[in-house]
Amino acid sequence: MKSLKPISRILVAVASLLMVSAYFVPLWQILMWAPQYPEGLEMDIWINTISGDVKIISALNHYIGMKHIEVEMFPEFQYMIYIVGFLIGFGLLAAIINKRFMLWSFTLLLVGTGIAALVDFYLWGYDYGHNLDPTAAINIPGMTYQPPLIGTKILLNFTAFSGPGIGGWLFVVAAVMIIGTLVFEIKTNKKAA
Amino acid sequence: MKTNIVYRGLSVLVILAGLVVWQGCKPKAPTTVTMGDAASKVYVAPGQYDEFYNIVSGGFNGQIGVYGIPSGRLFKILPVFSVFPESGYGYSEETKPMLNTSHGNVPWDDLHHIALSTTKGEHDGRWMFANANNTPRVARVSFKSFRTEEILEIPNSGGNHSSPFITENTEYLVAGTRFSVPMGGKDVPISSYKENFKGSISFIKVNPESGRMNIAFQLRTPGFNFDLSRAGKGASHGWFFFSCYNTEQAYTLLEVNASQNDKDFIMAVNWKKAEEYLAQGKGKVEKVKYAHNIYDDKTHSATTTMENEVTVLDVMEFPDIVYFIPCPKSPHGCDVDPTGEYIVGSGKLAAMMPVFSFTKLQAAIAAKDYEGDFNGIPVIKYESALHGEVKKPGLGPLHTEFDEKGNAYTSFFVSSEIVKWNVKTLEVLDRVPTYYSIGHLSVPGGPTSKPHGKYVIAYNKITKDRYLPTGPELTQSAQLYDISGDKMKLLLDFPTVGEPHYAESIPASMITPNSTKIYKIEENENPYAAKGEGQARVERKGNEIHVYMTAIRSHLTPDNIEGVKVGDEVYFHVTNLEQDWDVPHGFAIRGALNAEILIMPGETQTLKYKPLVPGIVPFYCTDFCSALHQEMSGYLRVSAAGSNTPLKFSTGVIEGEASGAGH
Repeated sequence: MKSLKPISRILVAVASLLMVSAYFVPLWQILMWAPQYPEGLEMDIWINTISGDVKIISALNHYIGMKHIEVEMFPEFQYMIYIVGFLIGFGLLAAIINKRFMLWSFTLLLVGTGIAALVDFYLWGYDYGHNLDPTAAINIPGMTYQPPLIGTKILLNFTAFSGPGIGGWLFVVAAVMIIGTLVFEIKTNKKAA
Repeated sequence: MKTNIVYRGLSVLVILAGLVVWQGCKPKAPTTVTMGDAASKVYVAPGQYDEFYNIVSGGFNGQIGVYGIPSGRLFKILPVFSVFPESGYGYSEETKPMLNTSHGNVPWDDLHHIALSTTKGEHDGRWMFANANNTPRVARVSFKSFRTEEILEIPNSGGNHSSPFITENTEYLVAGTRFSVPMGGKDVPISSYKENFKGSISFIKVNPESGRMNIAFQLRTPGFNFDLSRAGKGASHGWFFFSCYNTEQAYTLLEVNASQNDKDFIMAVNWKKAEEYLAQGKGKVEKVKYAHNIYDDKTHSATTTMENEVTVLDVMEFPDIVYFIPCPKSPHGCDVDPTGEYIVGSGKLAAMMPVFSFTKLQAAIAAKDYEGDFNGIPVIKYESALHGEVKKPGLGPLHTEFDEKGNAYTSFFVSSEIVKWNVKTLEVLDRVPTYYSIGHLSVPGGPTSKPHGKYVIAYNKITKDRYLPTGPELTQSAQLYDISGDKMKLLLDFPTVGEPHYAESIPASMITPNSTKIYKIEENENPYAAKGEGQARVERKGNEIHVYMTAIRSHLTPDNIEGVKVGDEVYFHVTNLEQDWDVPHGFAIRGALNAEILIMPGETQTLKYKPLVPGIVPFYCTDFCSALHQEMSGYLRVSAAGSNTPLKFSTGVIEGEASGAGH
């Protein structure tokens, strides 16, 4: 079993601890602008809740038959705190155990969780944008309102943007650090060999 | 013959030349001249904000107009002493008590003067105060919500004109009676004026935290008319100055009979001294009756308390509270410069303007430099208090404000001009015509210790040809002048509503960050609020029907109501569930002998309606709120008195086959 270099251990530990920020800052944000809302509307997704102009967004979206956004709609908010906790714990454990297979496992786990989160968000967005109330006041045949997964999209009079919040970006930094550490470990070991 | 023709020809030429010369000598009618860059100085680009809020009294409309300076754009008409069917002010159950007085509900008044709250003599952006001239009242308006929050009636007053001028730290605002009257509603001959009529000056304490007002004390004065006033500041803080006219004590044809004396008075009041006497228990408590109305931001409702006592100090018994300074010819303005040292009297029939010195006044009092007394009150020698006179300033001086550079600007009604002069040297520096016959004027921060300067605004009494004519009744005319240079420059004409008697301007940066956008629904404490559609309902209490209705884009809940009968009194308590800026809803119902109500986000307002005949009565949202605003409506079924239609209500419920009448 190959051990890690001291610098790698530190990087793994620091990356794990970076993810603690997920409990204190929003992970994802959705921004919307319209002619009547030049100042923009904002929705922030946290580890266990949503904040921002959610009521206003829901009030506007009811015209096209979208569901009222409520925290209870998302079972994810019940267990995301544990998933992130597990990730942090696993990362710190990897730094303590100090074996390369743990670093491999942690990298795969982190990337896998990230992909799963995006898939989950996409599926919710698909349902929210497609599953419309047939009696809604405004019904444009063929029009759906799925928010963008990442990036900008124009939906009727609104321009919607979706992307990571501060917490999300810190996750990206942590993931880059972990992947970088793994690459560094593989390269330096090859040279040594 | 030849010479004859030549002579004739010459004489025709002479006559023609004479005509030409004569025409050339005829004075030209005045023409308005604006300087080349005037347009750019008042241009506020679309989407940009004005630099100042201009808070303008509405005079006989009983309201305050809120304008932007330098653009002159009107932003809001803010109802204070008059009902306002547009918003339901004075019509909704919640706001009706605001206009209660000891005489009953008085739905109109004449709003004359504005005073913006100050701290250390400078604007602080908390409140605006205004006076009702007819049925004596003062009001406090919030700079956060731009709503009237409090109205206090003034007892023992015959008309509240010298009001609501304030002290340096908004400790007091004053309410001086315009007309002296017998106290306590005594039934006496009008001709017994000298014997029975008294003046009354109320000092109204303002709570520094809540802004709540109460009459701390009243000064009983000799009977004549009080016109305007200003508080001392800086060195003269602790004093108040009032212009007095009709010291002749006339009670008929005042035009002539109150214009006889060469000099009337400026009354100097040492209110700190009055406070000392009160602290010693020297005040007399008198029985009176006056209304005190308070609007609560949480319950969105006004309540009236009838007060029944006031503490009085008769200045004839305490002569060291009050001194009279002779001031020529029926003074109107009585204005204190930013340092507090100079007091400008504007005798509206005088050919010069006296400027008094506070330091000299104090010396004269110390030396008892009196020329006599009036009803036992010392009259200071004119020369002893005089700093100097502004010679030949113009005709009909009314009111003076100040800039930050030691200059004064006085309005002249008769000569229709603004005159700029130096307060210390008393030298006239510049004059500009106004269109026409200026009343009051306003320099931003002009009455404070720290004027903001930049502009002077003329509020004119006569409009005539300044705008497109609109029949006999015209809008009022205001003019904006640039005073940043040595010469005043006319920049803009702008129309104003009502008839402004005074205005103040305050930098927008002090106001905009605090402006209320919505009322939080969770903080709504109106007992009739429905804080969600789940709470919407209809309840019957005897012949009262209470509809707890909610409004949200784009439906009213409930929107079908049955079981109301002729003879019932229906109260629509409408709660606006929106929590977004600028989404008010309105509510109106056909045939209501009432106005509409406008309900701001998170607020509850109540409209009372009495159905008089059976039938189906539509109601709807009156404020275009959304793309489906036109759908935001409902029906009230009114059945005959004594019918047994069950009370029911719903929204969005579609029944199979409607039951007919008579079920």
